[in-house]
Amino acid sequence: MSKSLNEILSTFNGNKSELIPILQDIQSNIGYLPEDAIIKVSKFTRVPESEIYGVATFYTQFRFLPVGKKHIMVCKGTACHVKGAPQIIEGIERHLDIKEGDVTFDLEYSLESVGCLGCCALAPCAMINEEVESNLTLKDVKKIFSRMKK
Amino acid sequence: MNFNELFNESVEEYDSLISGTTPVILVGSATCGKSAGAKEISAAFKAELEEQNVMAEVIDVGCIGLCYLEPIVTVIKEGMPAIFYGDVTSKQAKQLVNDYIIGNNPMIESALGTFGDKKVEGIPNLFDIPVMKPQIRRILRNCGFIDPDNIKHYIARNGYKGLKNTLDIKPGEVIEKIKKSGLRGRGGAGFPTWMKWQFCVDSKEEENYLICNADEGDPGAFMNRSLLESDPHSVLEGIVIAAYAIGAKEGYIYCRAEYPLALERLKHAISEMKNLGFLGENILGSGFNLDIKIKEGAGAFVCGEETALIASIEGKRGMPRTRPPFPTTSGLWGKPTVINNVETMASVSLIMQAGSDAFVEHGTRDSKGTKTFSLVGNVKNTGLIEVPLGTTLKQVINEIGGGIVKDGIFKAVQIGGPSGGCIPESYLDTKIDYDSLTMAGAIMGSGGLVVMDQNSCMVDVARYFLEFIQNESCGKCVPCRLGTKQMLDILTDITIGKGKSGDIELLLELAGGVKDGSLCGLGQTSPNPILTTIKYFKNEYDAHITDKRCPALLCKELINYHVIDEKCKGCMLCFRSCPVGAISGSKKEVHSVNTDKCIKCGTCIELCSGMYNAIERVHKY
Ligand SMILES: Cc1cc2nc3c(=O)[nH]c(=O)nc-3n(C[C@H](O)[C@H](O)[C@H](O)COP(=O)(O)O)c2cc1C
Ligand code: SF4
Ligand code: SF4
Ligand code: SF4
Ligand code: FES
Ligand code: FES
Repeated sequence: MSKSLNEILSTFNGNKSELIPILQDIQSNIGYLPEDAIIKVSKFTRVPESEIYGVATFYTQFRFLPVGKKHIMVCKGTACHVKGAPQIIEGIERHLDIKEGDVTFDLEYSLESVGCLGCCALAPCAMINEEVESNLTLKDVKKIFSRMKK
Repeated sequence: MNFNELFNESVEEYDSLISGTTPVILVGSATCGKSAGAKEISAAFKAELEEQNVMAEVIDVGCIGLCYLEPIVTVIKEGMPAIFYGDVTSKQAKQLVNDYIIGNNPMIESALGTFGDKKVEGIPNLFDIPVMKPQIRRILRNCGFIDPDNIKHYIARNGYKGLKNTLDIKPGEVIEKIKKSGLRGRGGAGFPTWMKWQFCVDSKEEENYLICNADEGDPGAFMNRSLLESDPHSVLEGIVIAAYAIGAKEGYIYCRAEYPLALERLKHAISEMKNLGFLGENILGSGFNLDIKIKEGAGAFVCGEETALIASIEGKRGMPRTRPPFPTTSGLWGKPTVINNVETMASVSLIMQAGSDAFVEHGTRDSKGTKTFSLVGNVKNTGLIEVPLGTTLKQVINEIGGGIVKDGIFKAVQIGGPSGGCIPESYLDTKIDYDSLTMAGAIMGSGGLVVMDQNSCMVDVARYFLEFIQNESCGKCVPCRLGTKQMLDILTDITIGKGKSGDIELLLELAGGVKDGSLCGLGQTSPNPILTTIKYFKNEYDAHITDKRCPALLCKELINYHVIDEKCKGCMLCFRSCPVGAISGSKKEVHSVNTDKCIKCGTCIELCSGMYNAIERVHKY
């Protein structure tokens, strides 16, 4: 972390085709797409705000709310599904007492599912921030959270 | 420096690394390897080497695809063949330094195989072990053998020779060579690659573009990721060759953002190419110019479709549009555009390096060459494999995959992802080639093979794919948007015991409508998982609908958890870990499940199955 919004924009020319890369850059620095950032991007690229929202909501990558300090993405791909991903997701939901797509009250954790992490051979898996955890069991879920608390 | 000098220098550098006096330790560090602990293993080696004050190079390489054995380490010592070790722990890393690198004991018990001319008594040749034997490594030839961040390693193994050969001949001759190889697109549809290029050339526009499709959206497939992480230059070389053939001055790689390591390696590789004159102005002195840009996907499966991908690069919502005009006539910014898959590009560099004749040595009449697959699900040996087209599913699953885990029973193999189908036991002699798979109701797809055993419910699998499609439909056409929703609702009802007679017929009718009425491949092929499961596993649908039973004991609403009295030892583990207090019992007494309270989370069964196997799933009705 983290470049300021102005620093981010200064690396682009303001062409419309840069819209998605700009939004990606903002999200990777700020963690989500805040409203005021969208306003600035609109001025910068001369794309109306409504159109920016139209584009951003189309892609599942973009978020409009901040994520937790530890962002958990559980894989819901075919291999993971076959190896019990639904149980793992429910296990994490119970553990954190939030549903998929939510953030815990203390902003510590957030939970999301993704299509595939590309680690299918070691399914089921989840990515916590940048690290992939593989061959998950319900027992591991408990272990991972007690490890993270430390 | 001209190309030959660079080649000689690279060979020298690579050889002196591999056959030099300093031992080399290669650590498989693609995403799988990393998640299995490659970083810790690397660190353990380095620490022990320092501790013992011995010299050895520790290098992060890509992966040889034996994911189930990660972390994998290769140790190369002077006078010895390279020795591969699997499931390496930090303790073993330490041991390898002391016993093998310092001492002379190659730890035969932990070795997987050797590679090289020399032999070690007691260790088989890596390519003779059962999981490797039926494989032919062409596309994956460098994976795990070179440092993906060092372009010279790639060059030393004949890399960029294909480009050199390309630049020596005319673009039309390149297309001719690709035609001769019979290469068909590896991204799904299997369209002849040369023909796509020719269409683009025939459009006769000044400006045109080449796009490499690295979106790999098929959930359960990771061939492209692994190749990009392990040997990015093999793909990049193909891109430059293709761009030369069609006369493009700008190329794009559209790579999904979920692959951070692949993106990192690509960026690094591109900068190396620029430094050595493989990219930019006047490539290798030929007068040909090319720039390659990386575009990150933003998480939309439909963006793998060509026209949606183009819209996405242009900064718009990734919605497909009607074809024709095909992208080869009007694509990116309205200009002719060729879109090819990652593996197609890697095949192109292979063909231009080794020749069309070498390429057609493998494969069938209409499906030439080798193809990579990600073999996952309930087989013993999961991983990334490469086989000649025409290999049977049975060979792949039983020989390479080593059969079903825990001595389970094979039920189906899903091939082709959301557009593909589930193939049953009776069709396992089907050859993996474009046409045989289509005949069986599936498709080749990009290369995901998900093997399922008796614990997978075929109705649930169909429901799973429909849910995926429903989420990913861009919503542009009604049959896709609403038809898939309706099919999903019916399938969901069936899995929760609310199926009605006539549901199957209704599904078939809807499937026909969605197939015919959808604009793009996503909608058109979305009924395939339903159609194949109905075709091959109708008994499972009937059991759910008529008897309210799930034969796989998977569908939650149709099962209960139950303690087998004779097996329960009263250890209380389940009692203590049930999240809702649904288990009662006391020490050394038989426990029982209160089915009204039980939420079927699976915690108790996971715990007990490792010990007494006293908990089972039973039919509710
Ligand atoms: C919904 C949908 C998703 C697709 N996803 C991919 C993908 O992830 N990767 C890919 O290479 N092709 C994908 N394709 C196929 C591409 O549209 C295109 O046919 C392919 O990239 C062409 O390359 P090839 O001729 O080298 O196979 C997809 C097609 C559809 C309809
Ligand atoms: S078939 Fe589905 S995904 Fe394709 S364009 Fe129509 S609505 Fe969009
Ligand atoms: S874990 Fe198994 S053996 Fe132990 S009390 Fe529960 S059912 Fe009985
Ligand atoms: S399945 Fe879960 S809720 Fe049901 S008894 Fe077992 S642990 Fe308890
Ligand atoms: S299916 Fe889960 S990582 Fe691919
Ligand atoms: S170990 Fe490399 S793809 Fe799995």
